[in-house]
Formats: sequence, structure tokens, C-alpha cells
Amino acid sequence: MSSPDLRQKLSILADAAKYDASCASSGTSRRGSLDGKGVGSTSPGSGICHAYAPDGRCISLLKILLTNFCIYDCAYCINRVSSNVPRARFKVQEVVDLTLGFYKRNYIEGLFLSSGIIRDADYTMEAIVRVARTLRLDHDFRGYIHLKLIPEASPELVAEAGLYADRVSINIELPRDESLAKLAPEKDSRTIKKAMGSVRLAIENRSEKGRKARAPKFAPAGQSTQLIVGADAASDADILDRSVGLYGSYGLKRVYYSGFSPIPDGSSRLPQAKPPLMREHRLYQADWLLRVYGFERNEIALEDGMLDLDVDPKLAAALRSRGDYPVDVNTADRERLLRVPGLGVRGVDRLIGVRRFKRLTLEDVKRACGALAKARPFIVADGWSPGGLTDSAKLAALLPRDRPRQLELF
Amino acid sequence: MQVIRLASETDFAGWRAAARRLRRAGTPPEAVVWMVTPDEVLMDDGPLPAVPTSTGGHFAVPRDFLELAETVVCHRSPERFARLYRLLWRMASEPNLMKIVTDPEVAGLTDMAKAVSRASHKMKAFVRFRKLEGETPETYAAWFEPPHRVLERTAPFFIERFANMRFSILTPDATLLWDTRAARFGPGARASDAPADDVLEDFWRTYYASTFNPARLKVAAMTREMPRAYWRNLPEASLIPDLIASASARTAQMVEQAATQPSARARKAAAKLSRDGSFDDVPRDLEEVVAGVQICRRCDLWRDATQGVPGEGAVRAALMFVGEQPGDQEDLAGKPFVGPAGVLFNQALEKAGVPRERTYVTNAVKHFKHEPRGKRRIHQTPTAGEVRACRWWLDAERRLVRPRVIVALGATAALAVFGKPMPVAASRGQALPLPDQVQGMVTYHPSYLLRVPDEATKAQAWKAFVADLGMAWKLAG
Repeated sequence: MSSPDLRQKLSILADAAKYDASCASSGTSRRGSLDGKGVGSTSPGSGICHAYAPDGRCISLLKILLTNFCIYDCAYCINRVSSNVPRARFKVQEVVDLTLGFYKRNYIEGLFLSSGIIRDADYTMEAIVRVARTLRLDHDFRGYIHLKLIPEASPELVAEAGLYADRVSINIELPRDESLAKLAPEKDSRTIKKAMGSVRLAIENRSEKGRKARAPKFAPAGQSTQLIVGADAASDADILDRSVGLYGSYGLKRVYYSGFSPIPDGSSRLPQAKPPLMREHRLYQADWLLRVYGFERNEIALEDGMLDLDVDPKLAAALRSRGDYPVDVNTADRERLLRVPGLGVRGVDRLIGVRRFKRLTLEDVKRACGALAKARPFIVADGWSPGGLTDSAKLAALLPRDRPRQLELF
Repeated sequence: MQVIRLASETDFAGWRAAARRLRRAGTPPEAVVWMVTPDEVLMDDGPLPAVPTSTGGHFAVPRDFLELAETVVCHRSPERFARLYRLLWRMASEPNLMKIVTDPEVAGLTDMAKAVSRASHKMKAFVRFRKLEGETPETYAAWFEPPHRVLERTAPFFIERFANMRFSILTPDATLLWDTRAARFGPGARASDAPADDVLEDFWRTYYASTFNPARLKVAAMTREMPRAYWRNLPEASLIPDLIASASARTAQMVEQAATQPSARARKAAAKLSRDGSFDDVPRDLEEVVAGVQICRRCDLWRDATQGVPGEGAVRAALMFVGEQPGDQEDLAGKPFVGPAGVLFNQALEKAGVPRERTYVTNAVKHFKHEPRGKRRIHQTPTAGEVRACRWWLDAERRLVRPRVIVALGATAALAVFGKPMPVAASRGQALPLPDQVQGMVTYHPSYLLRVPDEATKAQAWKAFVADLGMAWKLAG
């Protein structure tokens, strides 16, 4: 095989990296380059998506692998050793040049670098760290860097990675330890959990030493992970239990859910089928309820361990406990309002702001929250009571449905 | 009828001064016509003039209104100046108007402000610089067509980000030029004023095409966030029709293609045995305990814990402490008694004159039992069954360390050490015989001391705790 040129390498190593759903560039410390020598800035709030691909996913970072050669044989992975996909390997300088070149043209917020495991964990981790070190120290690059950690790598390398990276991540990939052992024989959930634990300790230690006000120096945007949905028999309950455990144990910023998607030269051990996009969507919604709306795990409505694909999880929870509704938008506390289907966090905060000055009508709710159809049967407002609607057996059928996802024509 | 002429399309200062004057004079919104005088658009000399200081007769408006107005002025709607003045007028009799975000006029202007903010955000995202060949230092330029007049409000973002790069952003309304030290704004430009190409755009298109997953086609989700109006200035957008058209065929091919045979190299690597969690051999030394605890599956607690936390300390210690189980911090660090209870334990040891490094410290249960609550995990007491399952390891540690004295900290530890429930308060402060001439003792768990609410009881328990530790050390010595 002739060695690929730089563009071919980019094509191979971007293709190899795209099954990682994370592309976030948010939540890090605020930086600019006015007092520096290089380029780069970060925004403390939300990140910037510089483009969207036709799969609807945000392109914020240059998401590539250093190499897709890998000694592991994870059945779900495009880069597993037993796959016959074309292989390539970037030089450190090539990644640095591409990152800076793309950044200066405003294509990206920064770099998300991962790698197949070559030789051993430390060798691979060292190469990843070298890219970040060159960007930060030689080029004073102040954009966003997300580094994949190799769980088995030595603590010194992990500590150095945390120094340069805004975010670090280790993908646990399969929600059940039993599946991990079966489908990813070289991966070990215990090593992964230990590594996540030491990242949490490192983040907390850095943030304690008198720098409370500022984001910690060690990976200020925290750590995240990814779970693949649909590659094994794990139920939504298994997946959410795993997420709740990960959020609580390691203070993860995000758990990403990635519907298992057919890959080039897929393994015969796994179903090559269209990815379960709706299931993935529902899991994100449930995750959101847990993280942002303050739902406890047992408030998430499951049927045989699975989320309802037809209605969103908040509506499903409300339909299950109709005795708690309707909620009076003029008097209910924030926690109750957040449990009304169709009312978002910002809408609820707006309603609370407005009701100090006037009695809320349905029209107010509509303007504050954007839409009304989902919320209407579950609320009481000035001049509106749902009457028997809340308890109507046909309620679910009356509510607007999410459109079924299918191939969208151009 | 009053005609107000503003200096430019985004003349917020001019609007503000005029609106202030009009409201003070009691001029109702119906009696005002707002116009922009095009031949007086002067943008050559830097940013717009500062807000002129008022000449008295102040009235207060909330800060949100000023922010709203400054944003809305950048909107392309010809109605914007009049609509803002109408709101300002109403605020005289409705001082809380800005708080009533559901008021139709407030909501309407808020929507306009949102459209401006979104245009500014999308400008940060979709400006594409092209390098001017042959310039030193490096110089870049971009042509961009924002739906609203957001160049000036978005300029600080680009300056902060590309402070050490010479660049210009050209729009139909205005241009920004940054020379690494100062910004200059100039009049609008044409697309042809910017470079026509850049060598890296082919690489960018390659990346864009490769990072797209054809099995997940969601065109509406893309166009919602990257509206077509922006496409003509995005080098990657020319690929979109083909990527969409070929997606289903590419997916079908991946699904239908039979899996290929892995290479010999791969098969060899894959032959490695997967890790096995079973562990039946009696540990012969403490290192085997350390390793064994990691892979132990004698009960289910390993599932949600990070790692097994074995005991730690002197190999032949005369004094062994047994706690309940690792907590949140111990679970992460892999060491016993390093969290808040561990800190208190260390203080008590010091007070009692017991050097911790010459003792052996372990737990009755080696994995952290907990329950998620919101974003934390809450300690849960292990069951008798879990304590029994884990005695395999505690017994091994007792046999290998061979201490003269074993102190059980708290009820769970007492259950594990003595094999039966022991009331802590009644049993503490005395030596209790264990098999093999070992002396046992029971005392409080340090986390009990952390939880005692009333100060007097706490002080008393602390004293007893320190005394027990001292007594144990003496017995062992």
C-alpha cells in the first residue's frame, strides 16, 4: 500500500473519529489572545458550531484520530484490529498545522484528538499529549482542546494532558460490564472507572487551592464519556442507571449517547442496521431531565426498562402520574412547573418573572414558552382550566406527536 | 409631525438622544417619523461617537431596555426605531413593562433582539477567512453577508480571537480591518474585494465530507442551524447535495456488505484472553489481597463502585483498625480513610499518640456502597450479607498481618470482626477476646463523630474515641 498523502490521511482519520458523538466546545475558562502571541479564544458559555453536516451534527472541533491503527478488537469499532479499513497515521506536526490552519480560517473552535492504541497505552498517550503541548507551548494556542485519555496510561501523562486540555474524556462505550467484556475484550470497566475517578480528584484538587472563583486549571471543561446505544442488549434502564452512576461518581459534565451505526467493514457479531436515532433522542431527553430539570432516576417512566418512543419522557412521566396535575402556573413552585410537559427551563423562569406583575393567562404561557399544545392539559391559568382533559383516557392521542424520523429528502 | 434624522442605520446614540428629548417633550409615538440620512453615513473614522451627555431632565429606564434597544437597532426592520420609541413611551405609565416579557410589544422586540443575537452568533460561526497569498505578516480576509447589521457588535469576538493576525471582514454594510493593534471600520464592500480561494479549503471540504455519517441523515436538523441563506459563502456547502444524494446508497452498502475476514495479524492479537473476574485461591500475601479485591465479585457492590479499596499499612502491624467501607473519596483514591472521616481519624490518632503508619487500616467491606441522589452519591450501610461476603478479604488480612489488637470502628466493623452484632456504646472501652490470643475492641466510627448534632455529646464521644485509640495502642505495644 502506498502511503497516503495528507488529504487522504485527513479523510481516513476523520472518518475513523466520527463515531464519537461529542463535539462540544463549551464550559471552559474564558481566554483570549490579546495578551498572547498566538491565536485563540474561548467563550465561557455555549460553544460555537462552525458548520453542520447533513447528519444534523454540529462541527465545532477538528475531530480526528492521531492514528487508526489499533491493537484492540472492540467489535463495535470501525478501527478494531480485525477490520480491513485503510489505515493511516498523522505526524504530530501535521495535526498541529491542520489545527492552526483551520483555526485561523475560522473553521473550528479547536481540536478533539483521540487515537487508536498503538504499541501500548503510554506510547499512545504520549503522542496525544505531544500534539497538545506543541499547540499550547510552541504556538501559544488558546482555542479549545479536547483530549481522549487512555485509561491505562501513566498518571504523569494524564496529569500533563489535563494541563493542556479543556476537556478530557474516556469512553466507556457499553453500559453493561458484561457486554464490555464480551465485545471489547481489551477494555476493562474497572480501569476506566479508576481513571475517571482520578480525573475527578485532579479536577477537584486544582479547584480547591484558593482559585475557587476561576475554573480549575486541570481540564476546566471537565470530563465526559460516551455510551453506544443498540450494540448490545442493554435496556434504557441499564443505560440510565449507568449514566446516573457516572454523573454521581465522577462528576461528568456529559454522557453522550451514540446510536450504534453501521460502519465500513462491520463485524459480523453485531447487527448492521440503521442506527436507533429516536431511541438515542429519547435517552438524551431523559438525561436532560436528570441533569437540568432535577428529576430523580425513579421519576423517569419506563415500560419494561425502555423509554416510550412515541412521547417524550417528561410527557410520559406526566401521563403516568396524572394525579399531580393540573399545575397552577400562577402559584406552583419552580420544581412543579418544570415537571409540566412542554415547559422548558427558560420558559418557566420567564413565567415566574412575569407572574410577580400580573396573573398569567394561556396567552402568556404561549408567549413565554413558545408553544402551548403539550402543556395545556396539564396547567391551570387565569381563565383556563383543563377540566376532565387531564384525566381523559384519550389524552395521549390528542397531544402533538414528534414526527417519525425517516430519511429526509432534500 | 416630528422628523428625526439619524446618522446611520445603526445609530443607537442618535436614537437614544432623540428619544430622550422626544419623551421629555411629551411627543407621542404617532407624531414621530424616524429616518436615516444616507448621505451623512460617516463611518470612516473609527467607531461611532460616544453617547452625548444629557442636558438634564433625566428619567430612568431599566438597563434591560437599553440593552434591548442597542441590540434591536442592528435589526434590518425599517420599523425598529419607531417600535423602540413606542415601548419607551409606554414605560412612562407602565414602569414594570420590561418585566412583563409576555406583553405583545415587549415580546415582539425581544424576538427582534433575538434575531440580531442569532445573526451575531452565526457570524462568529460562519465567517470563513481566506489567506492573502504573499503577505507578511500573515493576512486574512473574509466576505460575509449577515442578515442583520451585526459587524460592529461582533467585531470584539474576532479581535480577541485573532488578536495577532491581520484580518479584515467585509460585509455589504461595513468593513472591519484589524492590523494586530487597532480596529478600523469602513464602508460596505463587495464580494470581489475578498480573495477568491484558499488552499486549505479543499482540506476543509475533505474533513466536512469525512466527518459526516451517511447512516444518520437529518437534513432538517442541519438546515435549522445552518440556514441556506448562509451557504453561498461557506466553502463546504457545495458538497451538501451530493452527500445527501449518496447517503442512502452508502448506508445500504455498509449494511449489506458481508464482514471480511480479519488479517492473520489481527486474529493473533484477538486471541488474547479476556479478563476474568473470578478469584478462588486463598491469598498468600497482601499483594494478592490488593489484586484480588480489584476483581472480586463475591457480592454485587463492585458494579457501581470505582474500585475495591484494600487495607493499607504496616505488613506486620500489631494494631489493626477496621472501618465500615470506603466512602466517596476513598472510592476514587483507592485508599482507606482519606475522606472527611479519615481526616478526623488521623487527628484522633495523633491526639492519642498512635502513629498511623505503624498500624494497619482496612474496612469490613471493600467496595463503596452508595445510592445516586441528584449529582452526588449518598453512602448506604452494607447489608449483613455483603459484610459476610467480604469477610473473605478481612479474614485474609487478619491472617496475613497477624495483629495483636483489632479495633472495630462502628457497628458494621464490629459485626465483621466479632461475627455478631455488638452495641457500640455498651461494648467500647474494654478489651474483648478474639480467637488466637487476639484482643478485640469496639469504638465509634469517626463519621459518627461528624454526625453527632449536639456539641456536648460530640465532645464526650471525641474524648472516649481518643481514649479508646490510646488504650488499643497500649494493649498492642
